[in-house]
Amino acid sequence: MAAITPQYSRSNINSQKFALWVAIAAMIMMFGSLTSAYVVRRAAGNWFEFKLPDLFFINTVVILLSSVTIQLSYRAFKQGKEQQYKGLLIATFVLGMAFVIMQYMGWEALNAIGATFTINPSSSFIYVISGLHAAHVLGGMLGLTVALVHAYYLPFKATIRRQQRFELVVQYWHFVDVLWVYLIFFFTIQS
Amino acid sequence: MAHVISAAETLEETLTQELGFNDHFHEHHHGDKFQSNFLTHYIFSTDHKMIARQFLITGIFWAFIGAAMSIIFRLQLGFPEADLVWLKPLLGKWIQVNAAGIGKLDPEFYYSLVTMHGTILVFFVLTAGLSGTFSNLLIPLQVGARDMASPLLNAFSYWAFFLAGVVMFLSLFLSTGPFSGGWTAYPPLSALPQASDGSGAGMTMWIVSMALFVVSALLGGINYITTVLNLRTKGMNMWRMPLTMWAFFVTAVLGVLSFPVLFSGLLLLMFDRGLGTSFYLSEIVVGGQVLDRIGGSPILYQHLFWFLGHPEVYIIILPAMGIVSEVMSVHARKPIFGYRAMVFSILAIGFLSFIVWAHHMFMSGVNPFISNFFVIFTLIIAVPSAVKVFNWITTIYGSNFRFNSASLFSIGFVSMFISGGLTGIFLGNSAIDIQLHDTYFVIAHFHIVMGIAAFFGMFAGIYHWFPKMFGRFMNETLGKVHFWGTLIGAYAIFWPMHYTGMAGVPRRYYDAGASFDAFRHFTDLNKFITVAAIVVFFLQVLFIINFFYSIFSGRKMTSKNPWGANTLEWTTPIETGHGNWPGNIPTVQRWAYDYGKDGKEFIPQYVPLGENEHDHGNH
Repeated sequence: MAAITPQYSRSNINSQKFALWVAIAAMIMMFGSLTSAYVVRRAAGNWFEFKLPDLFFINTVVILLSSVTIQLSYRAFKQGKEQQYKGLLIATFVLGMAFVIMQYMGWEALNAIGATFTINPSSSFIYVISGLHAAHVLGGMLGLTVALVHAYYLPFKATIRRQQRFELVVQYWHFVDVLWVYLIFFFTIQS
Repeated sequence: MAHVISAAETLEETLTQELGFNDHFHEHHHGDKFQSNFLTHYIFSTDHKMIARQFLITGIFWAFIGAAMSIIFRLQLGFPEADLVWLKPLLGKWIQVNAAGIGKLDPEFYYSLVTMHGTILVFFVLTAGLSGTFSNLLIPLQVGARDMASPLLNAFSYWAFFLAGVVMFLSLFLSTGPFSGGWTAYPPLSALPQASDGSGAGMTMWIVSMALFVVSALLGGINYITTVLNLRTKGMNMWRMPLTMWAFFVTAVLGVLSFPVLFSGLLLLMFDRGLGTSFYLSEIVVGGQVLDRIGGSPILYQHLFWFLGHPEVYIIILPAMGIVSEVMSVHARKPIFGYRAMVFSILAIGFLSFIVWAHHMFMSGVNPFISNFFVIFTLIIAVPSAVKVFNWITTIYGSNFRFNSASLFSIGFVSMFISGGLTGIFLGNSAIDIQLHDTYFVIAHFHIVMGIAAFFGMFAGIYHWFPKMFGRFMNETLGKVHFWGTLIGAYAIFWPMHYTGMAGVPRRYYDAGASFDAFRHFTDLNKFITVAAIVVFFLQVLFIINFFYSIFSGRKMTSKNPWGANTLEWTTPIETGHGNWPGNIPTVQRWAYDYGKDGKEFIPQYVPLGENEHDHGNH
């Protein structure tokens, strides 16, 4: 741990950030396999068609907005604007929470129109894929919580170490954002 | 300067002082502050070398259990009439005693045994025990890093594997038995709790265990990739890496890209089991009762499973290939033949492994025209495989080969890989597969090419790096008995299965054909296989005894580099602390295979290039 961190690092990218990119590749494979399974299963017929809830589209705006706020918060952090950095971080957290709650309402709306969890794989897939995505957003909010603790309990100091830690959260948050954009695009062209 | 060795005694020390990379590392003589007592040093360690040993010993534990299971079902297959009542103290109600006092293996438990044997050997032993052990031990040491990129996640990787093992182990004691639907866990057997005894709690625990295993494989793989790409020491460019590093690196890439797909497959399976969805189920009748589960496709699960399942066999064999290349070159005292061809064939195998998965499904109802595509790519894998075999043979050719346990196992690997690889060309053809699928021919093929061969690679690695792990040598005489016995015994077990398989004897049958007139003449052959399996089992027990005896009482290592190898792990002290090098990290000046060059027996990687010397690592 602390005693063995110094070593020769050969590239410009921080190894933790690189490791997160590799982990993101793994997550892409997981969601990629699920959407591929969706395509394969849909081609086999016996597939119920229904309209996606509007909330899913509104939510796309919410999560895109949260990406903007976290990026601005990161910029404020680097520029040493403490209040802006903290405020935008909280805004990101609130938007993330709103996203998860509204996804839940979206599932309720789906359920209300008869596209229940078990009626047909076409709806089951929507619940499973968007649910797994929401779980990843919750994971990101865990990271945001750590960032908030750093922001509010540590004295404000834009050290390189704290910047790198913050970058990990930003990188992951953008990933779950882009992932949702892909998923909503995928669901739209498929249904 | 924290550590200046006052008088450098060897060339290596001089060079490390003059050229080494000083990262201001402060060695703590009693381990670092996180590893000061027994619990933190041996149990919750973050030192990659300790984690490697944890993986290895856990792997040996599981190998013993998995092998013991195979002996129990081999007894049933070879001697179906035998009285197994003596197993009752161990297996309890799974041995059914009839009125005459004759004990028989419960048929349901037979299926549990083959299922668990497959799961344990494929995942716990040959993935975690092989890649987990040697990637952890060798990656930081051979690339010249203090530890993994994230030692903490690395420890989590072991502990997720350990928990996966605990869950699987507990499932063996369920009153309904562990899962019994085959290690591939195809639905509907795996999706409907009412399908069989093992499909209930046994299957649930199987899924939980595998999910934890996926976590372990991902945490490990992410660390291995990051460490190889980011933490190589100064001068260690990719083309100077030993082939072990290339093999472990590509293995980790395969794992990171394919295990999440298995996770997806298992996730959908979990919903089918617990929440009433129908991803894999359609028009099922269980016990005369029609289920309302429609619209699913069991083939979908097979696609998701084999998208992991096929790269998985290369996750098993690539580390063995890397180990064999390194061990063979060191003991042949010759550079590995065709280093770059070896690297490119590893990359080619890794790439092709992702586009051949449906060759496991030729008889599952996939479109025969799609099968053609998979046949072609499957057969193309023979090309990089043949390149590797050619290079191993030419490495040995004309060499002054040192025959010891490690190098003998590396040659044994090549023998097994050729024998098993050739039958792969049979099975890769979808037309021949119609006759051979689900017969003992398949059992013979994959046991030889990825079971025995991967074990031989693992044994070569254990005998070779045992001094690095424990500071002592394993007993050579026992090692040679182990090698020759296992080589002959493994062929004795699996060679005859080719014949029974071609005759059509189906795999997975409780009664290996004895009740079919067509297969009755194989009874004696089956007895022979079982006897050979028992002999080989006891030879592995001999290995385990040798292993644990040598940890405490083996011949001590007196010099840092007993094999005269070029790679960096042999520049660390005999008692290697956390951080690996007490002072500077050595820098790398040349590739890893300068053996027998310019009249010198070997030139380690830290020695600078001489004048007019060709640099193999900088094409």
